[in-house]
Amino acid sequence: MNVLKKSFFITTIFSIPFFITTVLFAQLPAFIIPPAEFNAFDTPNDAGETISLTWSASPSDAPDVFYILYIDKDKNGAFEKEAIRIKSNTSYRTGAPEIYGYKKGNGNYHYVQIFPRKVFNGETIDKRQVYYFKLAMVAGDSKIILDTIASARPHGNWLHMKKINNFVIMVMLSAIILYFIVHARRNPNMFLRKIGGLDAVDDALGRATEMGKPVLFVHGLTSMGSISTIAAISILGKIARKIADYDANLKVVNNDPIVMSVSQEVVKESYLEAGRPDAYNPDNVFLVASEQFPYVAAVGGIMTRERPAANFFVGYFYAEALILAETGASTGAIQIAGTDAYTQLPFFITTCDYTLIGEELYAASAYLSREPMLMGTLRAQDAGKGLLFFILILGTILASFGLTFITHLFEAF
Amino acid sequence: MNFLKRTIPLIIAFVMGVLMAMQYYVPHKLSQDLLEVVSRWDRIIAGFAVFIGAYSLFHLHWTRIKRKVEGWGYSVFVYFGAIITLIFGFLNGGKFFWNDKQEGTMFDWLYSYVQVPAGATIFSILAFFIASAAYRTFRARTNESTVLLIAAVIVMLGRVPIGNYISHYIPAVADWIMAVPNLAAKRGILLGVSLGAIATSLKIIFGIERSYLGGGD
Repeated sequence: MNVLKKSFFITTIFSIPFFITTVLFAQLPAFIIPPAEFNAFDTPNDAGETISLTWSASPSDAPDVFYILYIDKDKNGAFEKEAIRIKSNTSYRTGAPEIYGYKKGNGNYHYVQIFPRKVFNGETIDKRQVYYFKLAMVAGDSKIILDTIASARPHGNWLHMKKINNFVIMVMLSAIILYFIVHARRNPNMFLRKIGGLDAVDDALGRATEMGKPVLFVHGLTSMGSISTIAAISILGKIARKIADYDANLKVVNNDPIVMSVSQEVVKESYLEAGRPDAYNPDNVFLVASEQFPYVAAVGGIMTRERPAANFFVGYFYAEALILAETGASTGAIQIAGTDAYTQLPFFITTCDYTLIGEELYAASAYLSREPMLMGTLRAQDAGKGLLFFILILGTILASFGLTFITHLFEAF
Repeated sequence: MNFLKRTIPLIIAFVMGVLMAMQYYVPHKLSQDLLEVVSRWDRIIAGFAVFIGAYSLFHLHWTRIKRKVEGWGYSVFVYFGAIITLIFGFLNGGKFFWNDKQEGTMFDWLYSYVQVPAGATIFSILAFFIASAAYRTFRARTNESTVLLIAAVIVMLGRVPIGNYISHYIPAVADWIMAVPNLAAKRGILLGVSLGAIATSLKIIFGIERSYLGGGD
């Protein structure tokens, strides 16, 4: 019994300091260690609508501890308006590489962006308004508000400094392309490798003429704003010109009214150039449907009913690519496809006789017209590819030796 | 006439091309506003173009019906579908078209229970076409198609549980095929496409490529 009493007494004596410490630390706000630094600044490279705030991480950061940012238009204001509330283990500088890059210490600082106009929604705010911020840290009932008041005025920027790399690459590639265009004027005899799909155009059109069956030109699903649609229109112009010469029948199906209008104009001009304006029929360039699968159903129906001798699928395609090309293949038509949609390329390669892969779609206009200035751009593309190849090799070598700065040198923000 | 048909469009293409290319590098609000205005113009033009498209569609099918060309019955169905949809669109669940669009009307019913299932039906055909296209492609007649066949079998097995039952290596090899040779080829195509797109854009901006205006030069 004595031993039991002694054990109870010793346990009680040793437990008292632990109990006192636990109770004290649970109640006192001093348990939360506030951040040491707190700053505000105008967010760089933006339209002038946001303010960036950053503060050092606290050892007390935990999922149940929160940061609250209070905003006011007056430095001596009440700071009652809550601009943002975040969990204290979230929102670090690592999430904003466009501002802080990829430094190792970024994980030691919090970072948030505030849209003051959204916070003061509906209030009249002067364009040159300076905003003031206070940071509070909250854990359960405990709350610490930092004395530091951070302030900043948002203003728009005229140049996105983080896009300079992109701008330099664009200027370089544009200079290379323009140089080769000018160079092509002086040296028009340029070697072009054979592109099977484009060499086969004449055969396909000849077959259609002999068989007395139409040639079907199928546009992709993208609008006139897409480069692949513009490339498709260029190819259509060249094909229409040849068809006018051969006196064959061309049908152009569209799913976009603007593309249809441009196609009508291009085909009409091609017939005019060929000296056969009478052969042009505007009803042969028509809109079949503006939705994806109705378009597929309508074009598939035309293929099975009219059985064109040649099908051209040119532009940007989605899931309809295989349905269209497989339907065309089942009718026995010669099929030539050209697309820069790499997800659909395997389907076209499988089901079409010839496929223009990616950049060949853009080269088609120059290849078919043999115009020196257009061909100059092809050589420029090769030079650009050479440059990119050199950068890839250089990057691989540098990365192999642990120099990874080149990884982020070309990063787009 | 040549000035109106050629010179003015080329000037517009040059000015807007340069302006919108530069807009990408300018984050200022004025630049964002410009983008918004141009996008709005684009939407307005597209809105008007719908009438041209509708005219083309109905004119084409009217001609087909008039001439009784093969399959003219489908053209009747185009008119039938369009008229029914228009009627229920204008009725707007009894509130008529000058009020906000009502929910749960016959117009919505037509969309949900006619157009969507019809589209899904066409989409489902893709499964059968993939099978027939795969059969043609995987006939191992050449060395290249044999490699393609082997790679395809590994990737297909690696994507389903049975692949893992046969061997733990199959999913790993499938992942490697997708992440290394497949990705390398994809990036190669993308680099070419990007350069081609830049070259085509410059040709349009500087008026070298004019075929989209109609005619070759």
